[in-house]
Amino acid sequence: MANVPTDLKYTREHEWAKQEGNRVRVGITAFAQEQLGDVVFVELPKVGARVGAHQTFGVVESVKAVSDLFAPVSGEVAEINAELAQKPETVNQEPYGRGWMIVVTPVDAKEWDQLLTATQYEQFIAEGGH
Amino acid sequence: MRYLPNTAQNQRAMLETIGVGAVEDLLVKIPAKARLARPLALPPALAESDLVRHLRGLAGRNADADAYACFLGGGAYDHYVPSPINHMVLRGEFLTAYTPYQPEASQGTLRTIYEYQTMIAELTGMDVANASIYDGASSLAEATLMAHAINGRAEIALAGGLNPLYRQVVETYADGPGLKLRDVPSPEGVVDLDAARRVVGARTAALVVQSPNFYGCLEDVAAAAELAHAAGALLVVVSDPVNLGVLEAPGRQGADIVVGEGQGLGVPLGFGGPYLGVFAAKNEFVRRMPGRLVGATVDLDAARGFALTLQTREQHIRRAKATSNICTNVALCALMATIYLATLGKQGLVRVGELSTAKAHYAAERLAAVPGVSLRFAQPFFKEFTLKLPRSPERVAAKLAKQSILAGLPLKTLDRKLSDCLLVAVTERRTKDEIDAFADALAKAVA
Repeated sequence: MANVPTDLKYTREHEWAKQEGNRVRVGITAFAQEQLGDVVFVELPKVGARVGAHQTFGVVESVKAVSDLFAPVSGEVAEINAELAQKPETVNQEPYGRGWMIVVTPVDAKEWDQLLTATQYEQFIAEGGH
Repeated sequence: MRYLPNTAQNQRAMLETIGVGAVEDLLVKIPAKARLARPLALPPALAESDLVRHLRGLAGRNADADAYACFLGGGAYDHYVPSPINHMVLRGEFLTAYTPYQPEASQGTLRTIYEYQTMIAELTGMDVANASIYDGASSLAEATLMAHAINGRAEIALAGGLNPLYRQVVETYADGPGLKLRDVPSPEGVVDLDAARRVVGARTAALVVQSPNFYGCLEDVAAAAELAHAAGALLVVVSDPVNLGVLEAPGRQGADIVVGEGQGLGVPLGFGGPYLGVFAAKNEFVRRMPGRLVGATVDLDAARGFALTLQTREQHIRRAKATSNICTNVALCALMATIYLATLGKQGLVRVGELSTAKAHYAAERLAAVPGVSLRFAQPFFKEFTLKLPRSPERVAAKLAKQSILAGLPLKTLDRKLSDCLLVAVTERRTKDEIDAFADALAKAVA
């Protein structure tokens, strides 16, 4: 069973979201990186770009697939993980740590409540994850 | 009927199975007035030897660059095709128009494509070249889509010297994603940089410059690059790779994407195709590059091998979000170019360029000395130039064709402003005698 930390929220597209003060850090789950296989490239937006909840904000490319990345909440991109340009494998190694992707300053607090809890996400992937 | 497997006996068996007496009975539902009541008016079948004679007779009525002195250009050129090319590409291992569909089982084919990519990257001065696209025009159209995908901007600025046929293809491609095309005037035969500064701005995805351009004139590519980059736009250069033994590589003048027609690299004129779409880019844009890409790698035993790489960009994997709808390449034409470049080598390619430009300048001098005839643009040119004639270029060209001289391309249907002009191309194949005969015939035709 994939690692699903309880202090995070989740999307049905397999992103995790972490509240940090008034900002939200975003990455992909351990389940997602396992499904993708070796990540070889991550394409992220520019700092300052606007992202929308459940809209694509970037692309993650593995040796076998390219998948869109979906923002858990709407807002402005405050930070991006520039290290992934050189070391995309970090996403596989530490999906919840150094493999984070963007930090968003949300514009709508209500969106947070609509995200899946760890329990809900665990159930979702237990049912196949799609 | 000898090639058709269904014999009279087969037909009878099939009719019996479905309970019908004759084939004719299957057609009774078609109204009589809609049916042809007589046999098709076809000539009787010929014996093979008679058929070959008949077809040879028809083929003999074509004009071709072997029987005529060809000064036609405008995108396809009568460069010499060395004999090793035909000898090699007709081999069964190579003779397919298709990109390999079980790629890693086709190491030889992948290797030739890899070598092609390497040569194109070196010639154009770019980091990476793809396995090729259909032709110069489709390469350019793909480059405009790629620029749009890279920076998200929706306007494409096209220099006036762009081949008008390429512009039409770009227009077709631009329609779907809703790209807006903006023209940069080139009243003196090359881009007016001040006008370009007014057109290229914050909405411009790319500035497209062809050099030498459609009129033959050499553009200031470095200045165009500076101008495009100052506006945050990309520079797409349309270039004829066979010229790059002599002319500076566009990549060293600031191009972000280089495209072009590779026909001059050993691909026969062939009445208009198939040709070779050259496509090269900077490494930072490789994931937005359309088409196939062959990479070198090592296998489990550490032996060198070749593989299709970055396929996740492509349509068969990424579906609607693929970088382009092109999942193939013109492998055989790319192979011709590879053999051409390998046969000529560095010195040979330089020599082709030097001879072409020297002969073109001699021809320009001779032709512009004909009373009433002049060079339309006072710009440096390479192997092609635009002549202004005192008589209808169509009529002059028709007159000279009767003397086995293909004088060039009358520009009226491609550019109304140049309806009194003839576009003349000179390759290394033209002899001094041919050029002198052309000048003499032109003098008589316009007298």
